[in-house]
Amino acid sequence: MNEVCSLSLKQLRDAVKRRSLSFREIAEAYLERIDEAERHLRAFVTVADGSVVDQAADLDDRLARRDLRLGYLTGLPIGIKDNIVTKDVRTTCGSRILDNWVPPYDATAVRKLKANEALLFGKTNCDEFAMGSSTENSAHYPTRNPWDLDRVPGGSSGGSASAVAARLVPAALGSDTGGSIRQPAAFCGVVGLKPTYGRISRYGLVAFGSSLDQIGPLANTVRDAAVMLQVLAGRDQADSTSANTTVDNYLSQIGKDVHGLRVGVPAEWMGSGLDPEIKTAVQDTLKVLESLGCRIEEVLLPHTSYAVATYYIIATAEASANLARYDGVKYGYRSSRKDSLAQMYENSRTEGFGDEVKRRIMIGTYVLSSGYYDAYYLKASRVRTLIQQDYLTALESVGLLVVPTTPTLPFKLGEKTSDPLAMYLSDVFTVTANLAGVPALSMPCSFTESKLPVGLQLIGPHFKEGRLLRVAHALESELQLSKPPLAV
Amino acid sequence: MSAKKQVEKVAALAKLRFEAESLERFVPTFEQILDYFEQLKQIDTEAVEPTYHALFGQELETPLRVDECGESLPMEEALGNAPETKNGHFRVPKVIE
Repeated sequence: MNEVCSLSLKQLRDAVKRRSLSFREIAEAYLERIDEAERHLRAFVTVADGSVVDQAADLDDRLARRDLRLGYLTGLPIGIKDNIVTKDVRTTCGSRILDNWVPPYDATAVRKLKANEALLFGKTNCDEFAMGSSTENSAHYPTRNPWDLDRVPGGSSGGSASAVAARLVPAALGSDTGGSIRQPAAFCGVVGLKPTYGRISRYGLVAFGSSLDQIGPLANTVRDAAVMLQVLAGRDQADSTSANTTVDNYLSQIGKDVHGLRVGVPAEWMGSGLDPEIKTAVQDTLKVLESLGCRIEEVLLPHTSYAVATYYIIATAEASANLARYDGVKYGYRSSRKDSLAQMYENSRTEGFGDEVKRRIMIGTYVLSSGYYDAYYLKASRVRTLIQQDYLTALESVGLLVVPTTPTLPFKLGEKTSDPLAMYLSDVFTVTANLAGVPALSMPCSFTESKLPVGLQLIGPHFKEGRLLRVAHALESELQLSKPPLAV
Repeated sequence: MSAKKQVEKVAALAKLRFEAESLERFVPTFEQILDYFEQLKQIDTEAVEPTYHALFGQELETPLRVDECGESLPMEEALGNAPETKNGHFRVPKVIE
């Protein structure tokens, strides 16, 4: 691997500033790296062609003429999850039903990257409509974990996580409805941040669960995640649920000390069902936090055990409504069997959607249907209030929570595909942050003896991403994790 | 109603269809997941208000904008991804006999 690809966003930018690297050299190095590793990983659905080198060369010319403002991401390669729309670039959501869709507009997050003159290096693979925890539900092909090719990269942003971990791009966008940024970040040993609900515009993020969905970055360092958030955060007229709250200076939090900070650990999250290697790694990391001057305290989140049931009622209900738009009329797949309009709808949807998406549409339709609405959807929406109150109460006394990201290490391809409920239960530590709308970050805290990454999750109060990034950066600097060699 | 009939009814609402063989596979996991949801009944939520939006009432309100026409897509682009079009319209199978 070219040494250029091991650099962070910050290091790449600094090298350009010093004129020790050109944008063209960076683009060529990453294209070469993709060429070398992508056939093993299959992290992308669509990969940039040679035109990104022309774009990079153009930026070099402008830089030489002093006609270029060097933004945080100018000229740097970024991957985009394939459920985030890109003008004139095919956006499939990992689904057959959108296999030929070429959006006529950019998502706001993509528009912001382009305004920073970042180079879009391709669309990354994901579970169909972001529904899954392994990227095995992609209609294209599964993506592999770069630390062990027999294992899944997690999901649904598995393509982004795998590509960032294997250095095919220095950073990527993902989306997180119930853990879809954090769980693959944990499985691939990278940093993944799900911001507060509404912190980044959802305009152009193909809707799954609209009250839960949030776009966020995946990167190799905490600082890089902060850089990405700085570029992406903010109010957007096009998304009425985007927050009007002032955007903090996240980068100013990097390098600040964490002395005296109170860190909450919910005892029930460290109990049975947690992989012993993950438990040890998290406990060891808590000791490191203590050595940095943090005070570790036990907190209670009594409704955690109800979170997966609550989440899968609400998320599927919202999904069933959102996915009603795929009818074969305005865009997307249309069945060739279409004797009547009703048949065309049914055939297009039956042929276009994969099994897991159908399952969720079915569950969502059921929990919203007459006679069941109160018992399922309304009930879950009430329990959601209790889950959120648990968080708000706990976060009144402590500054943040530190927990595992996942109950298990990356599993093997095929290991959980026949048991959907088991797959759902693997989201137990991530779904609560979406239900409560709070920000949460996953970072690698250890590698096991079998050289698999362990993810640590930091959860904070609404709009306190800066605090999470400060603590994560302090930990990252203290841990100085040495990563094993990549499998590709 | 049998579980199979129930699933067929929901499928009709969702405009999906399950052939006999896939229905056999689908029904047990559907029931298993709904059974898992039953645990929520253990919690007393009589006095709890539902949450439909995590930050509503705290940081967010429903913003209204002035009702003015903005830019929109040209017709060719709006129709560009349509499976079938005719005379600048989306084309669908005949609805009225």
